[in-house]
Amino acid sequence: MDRLLFGDNQFFGVNHMSEEKARTQALRFQDIGAVIDVIDSAYAEGISTFMCTTHDRIEQVCDHVRARTSQYEDLQFFPSMPYAHKYANAMTEDGPLGAIRRFLPEEGLFDAALRGGRSLATKDIEGLTTLLIDAEMKMFKGLRTPVVFLQNVVVDLLLGLGFHQAFRIFADHVRSSYQAEPAFITMNMPRLLVALDEVGIENPIVCFNLNKIGFRMSGGFDAYEDAMRRHEFRAVAMSVFASGAIPPREALEWVCAQPNLESIVFGASSRANIRSTRDLVDELWTQRAAAGAGAA
Amino acid sequence: MIKLAVVGLGKMGLSHLAMFRAQPDVDLVAVCDSSRYVLDVLAKYTGVRTFTDLDEMLSEVKLDAIVIATPSHLHSRMVRAALEQGLHVFCEKPFCLDQAEGQMLVELAESRGLVTQVGYHNRFVGAFMEVKSLLDGGAIGKVQHVLAEAYGPVVLKPKGGTWRSKRSAGGGCLYDYAAHPLDLLTWYFGQPSGVAGSVLNRVFSRETDDEVFSTIYFPQGTTAQLSVSWADESQRKMSTKLTIWGTAGRIYVDRQEVQVYLRNQPAMPPGYQEGWNVRYTTELTEPVWYYLRGEEYSAQVHEFVSRIARREVRGRNSFHDAAVTDRALAMILEDASRGPSTTHESPEDLQAKDRQRPWPWRLRRQFALAGGR
Repeated sequence: MDRLLFGDNQFFGVNHMSEEKARTQALRFQDIGAVIDVIDSAYAEGISTFMCTTHDRIEQVCDHVRARTSQYEDLQFFPSMPYAHKYANAMTEDGPLGAIRRFLPEEGLFDAALRGGRSLATKDIEGLTTLLIDAEMKMFKGLRTPVVFLQNVVVDLLLGLGFHQAFRIFADHVRSSYQAEPAFITMNMPRLLVALDEVGIENPIVCFNLNKIGFRMSGGFDAYEDAMRRHEFRAVAMSVFASGAIPPREALEWVCAQPNLESIVFGASSRANIRSTRDLVDELWTQRAAAGAGAA
Repeated sequence: MIKLAVVGLGKMGLSHLAMFRAQPDVDLVAVCDSSRYVLDVLAKYTGVRTFTDLDEMLSEVKLDAIVIATPSHLHSRMVRAALEQGLHVFCEKPFCLDQAEGQMLVELAESRGLVTQVGYHNRFVGAFMEVKSLLDGGAIGKVQHVLAEAYGPVVLKPKGGTWRSKRSAGGGCLYDYAAHPLDLLTWYFGQPSGVAGSVLNRVFSRETDDEVFSTIYFPQGTTAQLSVSWADESQRKMSTKLTIWGTAGRIYVDRQEVQVYLRNQPAMPPGYQEGWNVRYTTELTEPVWYYLRGEEYSAQVHEFVSRIARREVRGRNSFHDAAVTDRALAMILEDASRGPSTTHESPEDLQAKDRQRPWPWRLRRQFALAGGR
């Protein structure tokens, strides 16, 4: 994985600090051309991994890239699925089963099981999960997707329920059908590492909040530091600026000094911001290497 | 260890199940739902005991507490059954569709010394809590008026087959969405003394409301305007926000931030200054043990568990609090059914109406008209 991954929250009106800022961003990126311009800027600055939710609008970005493969030779996508609000809103309207049914490409299997009013066999649960994954992956057909993430709302729900086997089903399907590395986004990193270990997912890619002020590092700051030292996994840090609560240099100085960190995902809306983040990380990573903090 | 069960495995029930199960002091021993399918998946993959009948679960499993997240019209019967078994109860909002029943349940729980809580999670959002303490400290003086809003993209087309699309089952924008900003109003200002101008509009739903508007009066002369829609596609998810005007300042608050304008005054709240002040969720939010979908959900779960440990019968969002919000919901419903209070009618309308009335009325009307008023 690259050191810097380009995220997409800024494009979809996600801002953890201010709804006003979120709406301003949503207005700015109303036209998909504006989104593509920013991705182009990142690409021009040498950031060639786009980590994106499976939001409907990403499909247009995929179409754009597919039509110009020579222009984007190095560009790769890290899909993260599903776009959670799509399911949450559907669940309020149709209930959990209705929501699942709404996003299934074909209705046969699930409807038959529901009509029968009985439990599904294990292979059916796997079938259902893989159908949902395939539906989300459809938009990336023909593009490079070497890593596929499961979104935190789903990961943390399964984690809380104790349905850890689902992580295994996801991992196996992503590996076998997409030749991709399975990856997990979570707000409960220390606890998730234990669960992944339990179902035999070795050296997993895990993306989690990592910032100096401990914002949304659930389970406690110390547990995170401890897990980073002791667990074998590939760490991807997100929310490193804590939604803007920490000044960039201060935030990155702290993050880049953490042990066993492989990548940082960040979002930005202007080329100047992308460049300054990249320059800062380049500088700090050199220091990190000199200090011997890095794993690789 | 608190032995706990969850009843109702819809959107809220599943997330409560995950959050309660992740609590260190909770032993999640059973779940109950009408869908065999969901139960079988949970039994198979998580090993929890499953039931399709609440009474059967209550008689077979030894419990200390229960979470009720079934459709709203089922709450009162289930809450009563649980309280009669001596269980502490966490119930989803709205608490009870029938106010008298709600009041009886408040009394039943209190007489037995049981801990109760209703899932009005906004009272656990850092930004809304900050506003509570600002208002209680009189930071903006006497509150004149409040605009309480909530918008979201739940119903965007004419369909929907669950209980949430039926008012009789406790579904609809009033119970599902408007209850949240209304609950913040009752938290901040208490029981409303009156409501007027209430409108429950349909946009897409056939059997319930999609929009709620109302004017709410509080005893100290504070008024509030409620404006709520769950049929607003421009929103990514539900957003609840309040704007509060006082004699000494103004507050804007949503889940993410608090913007406060303060006039110069002798008692400035600590850390605040004259003019504009902004506080963000990043500084107002306490970290939680396990995060699923916003710290407030985890915080309310933690609060319930801690209150059980302390045997604290009245606390934030106890049945007693929720019954106040229930009463306000009922007032809006009743007010809306009356329609507009001041109307304009053309002379033709009046004549047509008079023709349907008994003759003494007609005579009186003609007399009044002849008299030229």
